[in-house]
Amino acid sequence: MEGGAILAELQARFGAAVVETHGHRGDHTAVVTREALIEVLGHCRDDARLAFDVLMDLTAVDVSRLPGREDGPRFEVVYHLASLRHNHRLRLKVRVSEDHPVVPTAVPLWPIADWLEREVWDMFGVRFEGHPDLRRLLLYEEFVGHPLRKDYPVNRRQPLIGPRI
Amino acid sequence: MGVGSFFTSKLDEAIGWARKYSIFQYPFVTACCGMEYMATACSHYDIDRFGAGLPRFSPRQADVLFVVGTISHKMAPVLKRVYDQMTEPKWVVAFGVCTCTGGFYDNYATVQGIDTIIPVDVYIPGCPPRPESVIDGLMKLQEKIAAGAQRF
Repeated sequence: MEGGAILAELQARFGAAVVETHGHRGDHTAVVTREALIEVLGHCRDDARLAFDVLMDLTAVDVSRLPGREDGPRFEVVYHLASLRHNHRLRLKVRVSEDHPVVPTAVPLWPIADWLEREVWDMFGVRFEGHPDLRRLLLYEEFVGHPLRKDYPVNRRQPLIGPRI
Repeated sequence: MGVGSFFTSKLDEAIGWARKYSIFQYPFVTACCGMEYMATACSHYDIDRFGAGLPRFSPRQADVLFVVGTISHKMAPVLKRVYDQMTEPKWVVAFGVCTCTGGFYDNYATVQGIDTIIPVDVYIPGCPPRPESVIDGLMKLQEKIAAGAQRF
């Protein structure tokens, strides 16, 4: 399916749960509400015409320093979906606030989401509800803070960790 | 030696001379500097000319620890463990700016110089250092090995 048609299909099916859509040079994006996220993701995976069988990437953006977005929800969790069967792609976003940075997990839909969500937790401190094992992925347990948050000082040094016995 | 002549060399100097030409190195290669290390170790530049041609991939058999490449906070305990496992006498070479100072990785993940973890004998700057720099560093290390007090 063409990207615009996918967005129209999602809007027709989920109505107000699709907050915003846009397409830019062939890349199409839909922003959905947190409540509808798993339903929308599940539909994208299971619907025969969409058939997004690959979760290409799951990441997040801290928009707290983005001009014009300083006052809105702080984080955007981004899902990049691709379909091998139909050769089309879609980007889904969900916005979460700083006070309650929680998103339902996508691990039951795509097992690869396990490590991707752990990385997002590691770097941004966004929690994933229902994740089987939400630990840090790249950094170590003694690390304090989440370094890709825009308010993490670029020159903050963490204490060195010693050898584990 | 004929009758009545003396063997005047000090034992330390003899041992230092032997040690500086029998460097068994442990290459602790973590990043892109490793390519330059390989170029130096291979036949074109050939560190075997300096007696350093045998990398030992066990720290227990090595004399010199070559730390080649960026050391992250997560890797730091591993490096410390490897250093502790080496037997005396031992020396450490910091290979490339990342190991010397952290280089341009002025961020949350990178150790700002391996001398915050283990003592370093020779620093070889460069990003990455050319093989000539490496050989220069190696020769400086040889001078240091030969000149130092020999414990045995």
